[in-house]
Amino acid sequence: MSNIITTDVLVIGAGLAGERAAIASASEGLDVIILSLVPPRRSHSSAAQGGMQASLGNSVKGKGDNTTIHWLDTVKGSDWGADQEVARIFADNAPIAMREMAHFGVPWNRVEGGPREVYIKGKKTTIVEDYDKEGLIAARDFGGTAKWRTCYTADGTGHTVLYTMDNMVVQLGITVHDRMEALRLIHKDGKCVGAVVRSLRDGEILAYMSKTTVIATGGYGRIYGESTNAVINEGTGSWLALQTGVVPLANMEAVQFHPTGIVPTDILVTEGCRGDGGLLLDVDEYRFMPDYEPEKQELASRDVVSRRMKEHMLKGKGVQSPYGEHLWLDLRHLGETHLKTKLREVYDICMYFIGVNPIKDFVPVRPTQHYSMGGIRVNKDGHTYNMEGLFALGEVSCWDMHGFNRLGGNSLAETVVAGMVVGKQIAEHAKKTALVADVSLAEQFVQKEKKKIGHLLNSVDGENVYELRDEISNLLKTHVHIFRTGEGLEKATTGLQNLVKRVENVKVRSKAPGMNPELSFALRIEGMAKQALLIAQGALNRKESRGAHSREDYPARDDTKWLNRTLARWPDSHGEPLFEYEPVGVLDLPPGDRGYGGGQQISMEITVEEYNSRVDEEQKAKGRLDPVEPTGTRLPKEAWKEVL
Amino acid sequence: MGRTLTFEIFRYNPTADDDRPRIDIFQLEETARLNIFTALNLIREQQAPDFMFDFVCRAGICGSCGMMINGRPTLACRTLTSDLPNTITLYPLPFFKLLGDLSVDTGVWFREVAEQIESWIHTQTEFDPQAEEERMDNATANKIYEAERCIECGCCLAGCATAQVAPDFLGAAGLNRIGRLMIDPRDQRDEEDWFKLISTDSGIFGCIGMMACDDVCPKDLPLLEVFAYIRRKMAAIGFSKKKEKAAAV
Ligand SMILES: Cc1cc2nc3c(=O)[nH]c(=O)nc-3n(C[C@H](O)[C@H](O)[C@H](O)COP(=O)(O)OP(=O)(O)OC[C@H]3O[C@@H](n4cnc5c(N)ncnc54)[C@H](O)[C@@H]3O)c2cc1C
Ligand code: SF4
Ligand code: SF4
Ligand code: FES
Repeated sequence: MSNIITTDVLVIGAGLAGERAAIASASEGLDVIILSLVPPRRSHSSAAQGGMQASLGNSVKGKGDNTTIHWLDTVKGSDWGADQEVARIFADNAPIAMREMAHFGVPWNRVEGGPREVYIKGKKTTIVEDYDKEGLIAARDFGGTAKWRTCYTADGTGHTVLYTMDNMVVQLGITVHDRMEALRLIHKDGKCVGAVVRSLRDGEILAYMSKTTVIATGGYGRIYGESTNAVINEGTGSWLALQTGVVPLANMEAVQFHPTGIVPTDILVTEGCRGDGGLLLDVDEYRFMPDYEPEKQELASRDVVSRRMKEHMLKGKGVQSPYGEHLWLDLRHLGETHLKTKLREVYDICMYFIGVNPIKDFVPVRPTQHYSMGGIRVNKDGHTYNMEGLFALGEVSCWDMHGFNRLGGNSLAETVVAGMVVGKQIAEHAKKTALVADVSLAEQFVQKEKKKIGHLLNSVDGENVYELRDEISNLLKTHVHIFRTGEGLEKATTGLQNLVKRVENVKVRSKAPGMNPELSFALRIEGMAKQALLIAQGALNRKESRGAHSREDYPARDDTKWLNRTLARWPDSHGEPLFEYEPVGVLDLPPGDRGYGGGQQISMEITVEEYNSRVDEEQKAKGRLDPVEPTGTRLPKEAWKEVL
Repeated sequence: MGRTLTFEIFRYNPTADDDRPRIDIFQLEETARLNIFTALNLIREQQAPDFMFDFVCRAGICGSCGMMINGRPTLACRTLTSDLPNTITLYPLPFFKLLGDLSVDTGVWFREVAEQIESWIHTQTEFDPQAEEERMDNATANKIYEAERCIECGCCLAGCATAQVAPDFLGAAGLNRIGRLMIDPRDQRDEEDWFKLISTDSGIFGCIGMMACDDVCPKDLPLLEVFAYIRRKMAAIGFSKKKEKAAAV
């Protein structure tokens, strides 16, 4: 009989999203266990540099900001792919979340009254901070925003916020089991009751049984190979959902490429570099962005800047290097003091990893996979589709405030806001649910995993798992990157369909007991292949360009046919994925022009009212769980008219 | 270019009954800008599939990859082989529990320290979601941030003479965390509380002050200043305690 551990709430993932949600439940007196591949403070949230958005409006360049303007920026940034109500819930709660984090102990950078010199649109400018705002939380500029609203602690924001959050976890005495990997959810008749977990300390397989189960496992960037993401971001959490056959992953084709990954290594240097005045230059040391984006320049949204960079390189203006083509990021004018304080991590990264001193030299950069807007589809309460008792939040989820492009600084903020908002629903769910410690069910799921492991360890012939990984990532890098074409996507889809079959036949050379790193990786490869296919096939199906999904053969955003969200399930583990589409949610801001990016649009044929009337109808027709409050209640009608 | 590197690596899998600690030797052709992160992954993928080590961010930010590289505790991901001789020896960090090969359990140790020093802000103030945040001057915020930058990599403990003989010593990282909380005006613990926490052999009095920790800290934390601050504070409290005693006598 295998080891079974029971708890009220099982949180899979100890990044910001998972920990904030765990705190919400523990504060209500519920028993919580958090699982993590690594010690919580090493989760990828700690690597976020630049900051988090909230419309506090304390800095003088943020004056007059409010939650409606933040919401507007977010919806436009999403290229109207977002659920506007969720974006509203987010923008309304972000200021509260920042203040709560201040209360918990984050040493936010604060406003200093008086004049100071900054760089705006390439020019040195003096701004005068209000003395009466002195000591309140300050903000820096980020892309795609009307106001300066990104709260920060130098360029170590994720680090300070995660350490502070984890201190709260310690204070509340929440149990954390680190070096544990959830392999499969335990579920029956559309109810989730826990997970099968493998210990990365000694290889033991055990079951956790819970009233409520939460997936907060972050992004999957490593499936792309070249990514700013941590090496543990291999999509194991979204794979948990996909394996159920019933829970859909949404908008997997919506992948963000960040303009400034350094070359080589693809380590990120934050958008804060450009927010603080950094410039993009080409092979002739010419500043090209104002030619493409006269208004926003280097600070258009990420999808736009990455596209413009690629476009410019295609015109022969890139810098050739042994590591491939790149452009330059010029930070020299910001000066030594700024680079060694507010951009210190950036300075260290450049010095240590590529031997470039940004005080004196240009930094080589190119757009690199960075973030997944898509993920496990949840309703506004964070509850997954078709699986009662299973919630998801943070980067792994598609709550859907980001649509087809997320704004910089909106993801860290999302983790904490969702942690509060969804965290509350998780606690409510656990309080009204009885623990079903169905031991035989758990054992059945455990045995399945043990069998799979036995099979992998006994394989005599088969393919090398690392080579399969490289084939998967090469297809994505070549064909499902910034610019996409039908032809390339066909190739990627066919190639990945083939790889999905080949990953069934992996040979694990290492038979070592314990964590056995090769076995650990072999257990993840099926999920990586299948999710790669969802990304490619989703992109092939979507015959338009929206946000980060950019089709050369369908350059226009098509609001007649594609103002919708992709839902993909994998009903039978050996068969094929199933694609469906749903409306993006209730529209308040009608689809229009973003004000940057220069895209074309095909307008909606139906009215907004007609569109909106379909939203609830479809959810009901599909038998999906009603959210706790009716759809649309959190979306004040046409509030945006007051700020335009 | 063109060097063949020799890696002498400590190997031991404590979960295997028949395994004994040993040194394995691997060779690898050096490429431009090769770092230990890439090198170890190549060794694992091509030569030793059971080889255990820890990396997460591979960007010098998360603190996962502390190890002894040619005798010095440091972050492996940001160590370039070009800065090292032809032979590179790798050992796990001492002091922490060994999980296997180069992987050690820093996480559990740091969680225990966090519990012991109660590393959260102690405050009676309730959070009011409707109220403006409490103000703080930016100089104070920056000072806290400086100490908050510790990534709990454990290098300072691996390099510390005291820690090797006194397993419950808080080490530079633990003391730094206390210093970080002491300078934070939001933490309402008083001098008595700090004194109790820190004026023990596992606290500041165990420290012999040779500053090996300051020398190895990969994040260049101002450990010297933090220790000096704690010592000054503690001496002042100790002094006033003596005076109180004398007055009582
Ligand atoms: C380099 C970088 C910089 C960034 N900077 C910013 C920024 O400045 N501003 C911003 O808004 N956003 C930024 N982002 C994005 C943002 O940091 C992430 O989206 C966010 O931190 C994700 O948080 P999370 O809690 O969802 O997941 P994570 O922090 O990634 O945590 C995931 C957790 O899940 C655990 N886990 C995963 N799989 C399993 C499993 N199978 N079993 C058990 N546990 C598991 C992991 O151990 C980890 O604890 C940045 C991203 C990167 C890559
Ligand atoms: S003080 Fe420095 S060496 Fe010690 S754990 Fe922190 S970052 Fe690492
Ligand atoms: S000064 Fe010496 S004894 Fe004290 S913490 Fe640093 S290394 Fe250890
Ligand atoms: S892997 Fe994160 S610091 Fe080295």
